[in-house]
Amino acid sequence: MNKFVRQQGLVAPLDRANVDTDLIIPKQFLKSIKRTGFGVNLFDALRYMDEGYPGQDVSTRPLNPDFVLNQPRYEGASVLLTRRNFGCGSSREHAPWALEDFGFRVVIAPSFADIFYNNAFKNGILLVTLEEDVIERLFQEVEANEGYRLDVDLENQRVTTPSGEILEFDVDAFRKHCLLNGLDDIGITLQDEEAIREFEAKHRAARPWLFRETAKAATS
Amino acid sequence: MAGQTLYDKLWSQHLVKERDDGTALIYIDRQLLHEVTSPQAFEGLRLANRRPWRLDANLATPDHNVPTTVIERAEGNAGIKDPVSLIQVQTLDDNCESFGIEEFRINDARQGIVHVVGPEQGATLPGMTVVCGDSHTATHGAFAAIAHGIGTSEVEHVLATQCLLAQKMKNMQVRVEGTLGTGVTAKDIVLAIIGRIGTAGGTGYAIEFAGSAIRELSMEGRMTVCNMAIEAGARVGLIGVDDTTIDYLRERPFAPQGDQWEAAVAEWRELVSDADADFDKVVEIAAEDIEPQVSWGTSPEMVTGISGEVPDPAEAPDDTTKGSYSRALEYMGLAAKQKITDIRLDKVFIGSCTNSRIEDLRAAAKVAKGRKVADSIMLAMVVPGSGLVKRQAEAEGLDKIFTEAGFEWREPGCSMCLAMNADKLGAGEHCASTSNRNFEGRQGFGGRTHLVGPAMAAAAAIAGHFVDVRQFAAGNDSHHDTPSQEA
Ligand code: SF4
Repeated sequence: MNKFVRQQGLVAPLDRANVDTDLIIPKQFLKSIKRTGFGVNLFDALRYMDEGYPGQDVSTRPLNPDFVLNQPRYEGASVLLTRRNFGCGSSREHAPWALEDFGFRVVIAPSFADIFYNNAFKNGILLVTLEEDVIERLFQEVEANEGYRLDVDLENQRVTTPSGEILEFDVDAFRKHCLLNGLDDIGITLQDEEAIREFEAKHRAARPWLFRETAKAATS
Repeated sequence: MAGQTLYDKLWSQHLVKERDDGTALIYIDRQLLHEVTSPQAFEGLRLANRRPWRLDANLATPDHNVPTTVIERAEGNAGIKDPVSLIQVQTLDDNCESFGIEEFRINDARQGIVHVVGPEQGATLPGMTVVCGDSHTATHGAFAAIAHGIGTSEVEHVLATQCLLAQKMKNMQVRVEGTLGTGVTAKDIVLAIIGRIGTAGGTGYAIEFAGSAIRELSMEGRMTVCNMAIEAGARVGLIGVDDTTIDYLRERPFAPQGDQWEAAVAEWRELVSDADADFDKVVEIAAEDIEPQVSWGTSPEMVTGISGEVPDPAEAPDDTTKGSYSRALEYMGLAAKQKITDIRLDKVFIGSCTNSRIEDLRAAAKVAKGRKVADSIMLAMVVPGSGLVKRQAEAEGLDKIFTEAGFEWREPGCSMCLAMNADKLGAGEHCASTSNRNFEGRQGFGGRTHLVGPAMAAAAAIAGHFVDVRQFAAGNDSHHDTPSQEA
C-alpha cells in the first residue's frame, strides 16, 4: 500500500450528495481481474457522453464538457471535495482503485459510507470528514479561485487552506498508523497468529456446529 | 446493568483481540465468494505466497456474470458470450480448484445468487459471522448472524487470517409493530424504513429489526428486509432467533445434525436481544401505516406509497435535497406531482438477492395467474435466485403460470439487478424491478429503475403501469384504463 503523509494538492469540486460507487466506477468495468487501470473510467457516465465498455480506447470518446474533471483548471487534481454520504452503495473496491489510479489521494466530504471508508484507507486514500458548513465554504473558495490547493497533513490531522486557515480532522489511530507507514493489514494481523489459533480452538470446542467437519461428527 | 443487544452478544462471541485504539480482530465463521470481488484477493494471496487459513469456512458460486437464458446456459461457461465475463467466471473456477475451496459451478443445481445459496444450504447459521465481497451480505443477518459486505482487500484478509479488522458498530433497533395490510410485504416494510430514515440513516449502526410485524414474516421475508439494510446505510441488519428460524434450518445440507443439532438449537434460542438491552437509537413504525411502496428516484430513499405522487423539488426541505430531487426527476423522465400510478413501464424484472426466493415467486405468480402481460411491456422476466428455487417453482407449476402470462422464465443469477450480463435496460426505459438499487445506470446505461415488491411488479407487468396490488388482487384490474402520458 502507498504511504500517505502529507499532500499539497489541487482541489476538484464534485458538487453532488450521495455519490454511489456505481457512479464512481460503473459495473461494466468490474469485470477486470486486475487492481489497476480503472482511472480512465472513473466517473465514466459523468465524464463521457457515450456508454463505455472495458478495454476501449478512451481517447476517441466524446467528453462531457460540463463535468468538472474535464475542465482544464482541475487537471492534475489530487484532492476531491464533495458532499455527504460519498461512496454509498456497492462494496466494490474498484471505487478506491479508480480514484487512486486517476490520481486522487484525498477525498473531503461531510460524511462517507462505511464500506467505502474502509476500502479507501486500505488503498492509501485519506478520507477527511469536515462539517457541512465548512465544506460549503470550501466549495465557494474552490470555485472562486483557480488553482486552489489544500495542504493535507495526516501526521498533524489538519488541512490548511491557501489563506492559512487550519481545519482539524479526526482519524482513528490504527488507520492513521497504517497509512503513515504504508502497512499491509494482513502482515499486521498475522503477528497475532497465536491468539487467532487459540481463539479458534476455544470457539470450535464451544460451538462445533460452526465448523463443517465437526458439525456432523457427533451424530448419534 | 443493562442487558445486551443481539449484536453485542454476537460481537463478544467472536472477539479475538481488541487493540487500545478500539480496532478489534473478529473471527469469521463463513466467507461466501463470487467471481467479481474475489479474483484480486486470490491474486494477492498468491503474490504473497499465502494459503487460505481454513478452507471449510469458504463457499463459492458465480452469480453476477452468468447468462440467464436457457439456451446460453445449456453450454455452461462456454455460453458466456462476453469474453471478459467469461474470464472472471473461469478465474473463480480455477482459484477454487487450485486452493481447494468448495464451489457450486455454473450448472450445478445449487448454483445461484450467493445470498440465496448460503441460507438455502444452511451455510448461514445463527451465531455466525458471515462476510462476502458484496454489500448485500446483510441478508444473512436474518438468521441472527453478524453479516456484512467487505471490500476485496478484506476478502483477501479473511482468506489469509480467518479474521477481520473491525470496529464495533452502534446499535439501532427498528421496531415494526402491528399487522401488515393484505398485499403489503417485507419489501414494502424495508422500503418504508429507508424512506423514513434515509440512505445514510443507518451509517455506523447495526440495525436490528424487531416488532410483531417482523416476527410474523417468514425467513424469506426477513431476508428481504435485512438485505436492504445497506440501502439505509447500515452494513449489518439482523433479526433474533425464533421458531421460524429454527424450522427453516432443520435438515439443510450444511446444518448440524443429530445431537449437534440439539446442542446448537439450545444455544441459538439465546440469540435475541435482552428485554432490557440498550439501543443507541430506536425507530418505530406502525405496520398499519405501510402501503405498497414504489421508488420514483435514483436513490432508494426516494420512495413513496402507491397512492402517492412524485414530489415537487420546489417543496424540498433544503438545497442539497432540492438539487438531488431535480436531478432525479430529470434522469427518471418524471414530472413533479405526477401520480405513481401514472408511471408507464417498458420492462419488468422479478429477481435479485432481495426477491428471488420461492415465496417471492409464489407472490408474483398469484397475481400473474390467468392474466396477460400488457402489450406495451417489451420484456417481463422472472429470474429465480438459485437452481433449487427454480426446481421448486417448477414443481409447483409457477413457471407455467409465468410463461402463460407472457413472462420469460430464466436460469438463476443476478441478471438485470446490475446488468453485468446481457440482461439490461435501454436508455430511457422504465423498469419495475424487485431488486434493491435504483441508482443511475444500475440496470443499464440511461435505464430508469423503480423498486417494488414481487406482487407489485407482477401487477405492473399486467397493467403496463403501476397499480395498487391490493385492488388488483381483488379483481379490479385497471387493465384497460390508459394512464395520462408521462412527462
Ligand atoms: S442480485 Fe444484485 S444486489 Fe444481489 S448480489 Fe447480485 S448484483 Fe448484488
